[in-house]
Amino acid sequence: MKRFTGFVIKEFNHILRDFRTLLILFAMPAIQILVFGFVVTNELKDIRIAVLDQSGDRYTRDITNKIMSSGYFIFDGYLESTRQIEQKFREGNVKQVIIFEPGFGHKLIREKSADIQLLADASDANTANLVVSYTSAIIQDYMMDLRKKTGGNLQILPEIRMMYNENMAGAYMFVPGVMALILMIVSALMTSISITREKEMGTMETLLVSPLNPLQIVLGKVTPYVALSFINAVTIVALGYFVFGLPVHGSLGLLLLECLLFISVALSLGIFISTMVDTQQMAMFLSMMILMLPTILLSGFIFPVENMPDILQWLSCLVPAKYFIIIVKSIMLKGTGIAFVWKETLVLVFMMLFFIGSSIRRFKIRLE
Amino acid sequence: MNRKKTVIRVRDMVKKFGDFTANDRLSFEVYEGEIFGFLGANGAGKTTALRILCGLSLPTSGEISVAGYNVYSDREKIKKRIGYMSQKFSLYEDLKVYENIRLYAGIYGLSRKYIRERTDHLLETLGLEGVRNKLIAELPLGWRQKLAFSVAVFHQPSIVFLDEPTGGVDPITRRQFWDLIYRASQDGITVFVTTHYMDEAEYCDRVCIMEAGRIEAIGTPGELKGKYAAKNMDEVFIKIAR
Repeated sequence: MKRFTGFVIKEFNHILRDFRTLLILFAMPAIQILVFGFVVTNELKDIRIAVLDQSGDRYTRDITNKIMSSGYFIFDGYLESTRQIEQKFREGNVKQVIIFEPGFGHKLIREKSADIQLLADASDANTANLVVSYTSAIIQDYMMDLRKKTGGNLQILPEIRMMYNENMAGAYMFVPGVMALILMIVSALMTSISITREKEMGTMETLLVSPLNPLQIVLGKVTPYVALSFINAVTIVALGYFVFGLPVHGSLGLLLLECLLFISVALSLGIFISTMVDTQQMAMFLSMMILMLPTILLSGFIFPVENMPDILQWLSCLVPAKYFIIIVKSIMLKGTGIAFVWKETLVLVFMMLFFIGSSIRRFKIRLE
Repeated sequence: MNRKKTVIRVRDMVKKFGDFTANDRLSFEVYEGEIFGFLGANGAGKTTALRILCGLSLPTSGEISVAGYNVYSDREKIKKRIGYMSQKFSLYEDLKVYENIRLYAGIYGLSRKYIRERTDHLLETLGLEGVRNKLIAELPLGWRQKLAFSVAVFHQPSIVFLDEPTGGVDPITRRQFWDLIYRASQDGITVFVTTHYMDEAEYCDRVCIMEAGRIEAIGTPGELKGKYAAKNMDEVFIKIAR
């Protein structure tokens, strides 16, 4: 055990003395979160909205006025019929069309419930999302006022439709994605680089000749990264919570356990990569190719998996980050427990075992 | 001299990589406390043989024992009894001199107090007290090499394996390096060294010359020079290689 601690201390020294490593470890997570956060919380200004008012009563006019006077939007004009909607969107200036159903005011008073449809041009997913949520909030506000005035239990039901990008999966829920990406980079990339560095330097041989067994060597090398990755995971959740108000509805303990599991998967992948290559360059290249790009592109982080061609959907099943993002979203946003994410958890466990097993096998072959 | 206790015994050692035979039925013995030189051109199979003896690689066949232990079954026991200095540099450049010593000594399970005392002593004898807290990267190559050797024998192994330890070092530093080897040998450490510098062969107690995976000659430098009617080891080697 004393041998092992000495080895871990040495590994920490490597990390703390390398400026570049420190930068990747600690500056990158904060920067990424803030950059993504900035993109997402971008203030809305002068968004053009068209209105198709099929009722034309006092309530619809009130709502329209309230929305247009909010300061975020510009009134583009009234549409005559539903046929014009498509055309308006194609012109590209209008980002949202609000449709009041025929007899809106009538229904609102008589039936205590009326529908508004919000159509948004979701080819720019982030903006669309914001526009819709701002609009919904304003309508909600109006409804509250109206309830106070009339005392009735009125309901206006905004029906939202995202055009051109039907499900907005993952568009602004960037925190789970960034978490997956950062943990992947820190854990897999950094471990594979640090192990291959020992190979390049020739120190790996010296270690293999020493009484440390290969398992101790590998554990010694990854332990600091487990600790640092875990700190990163906590930092990201905290930044998400305090800076961007992203809630953690589910159990924080479970969330952190799942983070640890994902870190382990990434580490075992890093170890696996380092058994395949002998140079840091190759390790970095391979990590980028098989870890970073799939994590960004195929995990549902930025592009919804459901919208991909079948073959990419199949491929995405091999990306650990996909499962992690599902798990994190369920726990953080939906507040679900292990009962709802056990399948994904199990997949990650199997992936980890697979990579560790393969690494051990490859390691033995190398010794032959 | 009465150093006939065998510490390395190799019988019919064969190592194949696919169709290529790197070591073809090698047989030799190394006695306690001697400096045993393993010579040969690049690719003759020296490093392959050394790696097998250190437990870095498994032989295809043959009976091999190191420090009294079988290389197939007792690798872990062998590891505790040997030291190793690789062809490439084996210290960490981004660690301080003292940290490197502490790391390796710690890996071999030495106590902290012992490590501290020995380190002071070691740095003093090497004349390196002043660089105790310097990073290895800041030291000249010759100093690093000497330090790497001292680290390899810090835990007083029964055998130390040196794989072309003096590659790329100037003649004066090489000479100083060999002084260290002599000192270790006097302390009872058996030294197994591979090299392709023939002048270094003269410093060994016994040498073994390899050529294309086979042992071509084995004996003391004096014996070999007599046998091949050569002035020096360089000539011996050229005659064998021809």
